[in-house]
Amino acid sequence: MAGRKLLLENVHIPGIETYDVYRKNGGYASVEKALKKMTPEEVVEEVKKSGLRGRGGAGFPTGMKWSFLAKPEGVPRYLVCNADESEPGTFKDRYLMEKIPHLLIEGMITSSYALGANVSYIYIRGEFMYILHILEKAIAEARANGMLGKNIMGSGYDLELVVAPGGGAYICGEETALLESLEGKRGNPRMKPPFPAVKGLWGCPTVVNNVETIAAVVPIVNHGGEDYAKIGIERSTGTKLISASGNLVRPGVYEIEMGVSVEEFIYGDDYCQGIANGKRMKACIPGGSSVPILPAHLVTKTAAGENRLMTYESLADGGFASGSMLGSGGFIVFDEDQCIVKNTYTFARFYAHESCGQCSPCREGTGWMEKVLHRLDHGHGTIEDISLLEEINKKIEGNTICPLGDAAAWPVAAAIRHFREEFEWHVTHAAEAQTRNYGLIQPRVEEIKTL
Amino acid sequence: MKISSPEQQDLTPVEFSPEMMTEINQVIGLFPEGKSKSALIRILHIVQTHFGWTSVPAMNKVAEILSIQPIEVYEVATFYTMFHLNPVGNYVFEVCRTGPCMIVGSDDIIAYIEQKLNIKVGGTTSDGMFTLKTAECLGGCGYGPVMQCKYKFHEHLTTEKVDEIIEAYRTASISK
Repeated sequence: MAGRKLLLENVHIPGIETYDVYRKNGGYASVEKALKKMTPEEVVEEVKKSGLRGRGGAGFPTGMKWSFLAKPEGVPRYLVCNADESEPGTFKDRYLMEKIPHLLIEGMITSSYALGANVSYIYIRGEFMYILHILEKAIAEARANGMLGKNIMGSGYDLELVVAPGGGAYICGEETALLESLEGKRGNPRMKPPFPAVKGLWGCPTVVNNVETIAAVVPIVNHGGEDYAKIGIERSTGTKLISASGNLVRPGVYEIEMGVSVEEFIYGDDYCQGIANGKRMKACIPGGSSVPILPAHLVTKTAAGENRLMTYESLADGGFASGSMLGSGGFIVFDEDQCIVKNTYTFARFYAHESCGQCSPCREGTGWMEKVLHRLDHGHGTIEDISLLEEINKKIEGNTICPLGDAAAWPVAAAIRHFREEFEWHVTHAAEAQTRNYGLIQPRVEEIKTL
Repeated sequence: MKISSPEQQDLTPVEFSPEMMTEINQVIGLFPEGKSKSALIRILHIVQTHFGWTSVPAMNKVAEILSIQPIEVYEVATFYTMFHLNPVGNYVFEVCRTGPCMIVGSDDIIAYIEQKLNIKVGGTTSDGMFTLKTAECLGGCGYGPVMQCKYKFHEHLTTEKVDEIIEAYRTASISK
């Protein structure tokens, strides 16, 4: 059973990207319900009851984030949607916005009403310019039908919605960097506190939420927070969009009920249908490139031998020693012929490229990691390089303004933790490592295919 | 990314066409009074779409329109990697090479394009038609290998597909 779908249920209906079809299929019911029958506080209360946690990666409870929003008299408040989706392995927001744009617009209206915002922004990564046009079209349709502008549905509530693009910078997915960028500046993260809830866009109280988080407000308001919280396990409630990529039979975007087992997600008929080309799984990164990589034996089972589930808690079971994180839901699967050293190098290069350069530990450290991993990958590394990487890691982690430093350090640390032998093999068998991959386990030559 | 030196680029002031100005003014109008700097990134996209790249004179003109210092435009344009600060070919291929695309073969695609167009990454074909660049994660991980050209995504790339794309752009260019 594929389970309940709350966001993508109607995604395959022809024409669902248009206002008319979307409305006919129950769209904008949450706006009607919230604006006509609920106070803003009641909407916030439902979101709290739902247990919804931020879907961008951090997993912070949305209702609590909303309740932190400062409300000084005479100062505008803003809701900003983070559509900067740029965590490697993550492409769910793009899918949602492209296929069913009105769901985001609806969520923006209902959420803006709850927060008391009269102008809200959607900040979208520059590479998604075609989606910016899709969203602007949807906004124009919503306005033409009285869902935006003055006195929406006769409620007296006014809202304008604006889409703004970035220009190709991963760091702008960090909420304070995003706000800087939205103000037309370089995306350098701000020191916190003050948090955006107090001083955000143009110094005004601001809530920044991920696309999927805002979309989830729609079913929460429609069916009630308690109903939403019935799906899932523990503090992982509701459904989650998972972006599945890598060596899978059927990669793509899936809406899952929290609590589906990892094994079913990878191998089940309703989901990814197993590893491509009949190969075996070597490793998996379950929550986007920033979270720890897990070797195959820790992907479907925890270290204690229990079934690993697709929830915040279960994926983190074992801490960083034997667990990982749900993160953004960017689920990357590696088959037995993939090289962990090379993959770690591409991620290190990514973070070095995307570091904003503001904090020395991150600016210098990510560059060092890229260089050291480059020489390990290219067969001229040393055994000391492996401990050098660990040392650099410790010097970045926790020493930067924003989490990009941690995000760069963790994947390298985890790769070495679980695949140290493979890193060592790249040094001791440097020439051989240029002709073939290490393989699944301790290599036995007859089993390993040459490149 | 570095802005090319004054010797390398023509610094003669440029004017924007009335169509461009209409588009730019619409974008400025999206933001509250006094917050027009928020329109900057989108204006740079408009500039690049019209001129193919983001030159110093064009950035100076943007500064003038927004009543900000030119340096405020340069510092933004150099921060965001989508802006080409040097002249490029008519079609810029930006091929993703981060983990998820790498494990499904982006290296082979990059090597194939290099060989097919007879250029290296960062280079432009002698007819000025194509430039090849690499990109870090374009957000198409499930559909890799992926590249982008003029904001369009090309996904599930194979060597045959690359041939078709190049052919299609050549044809489009001739018929213009």
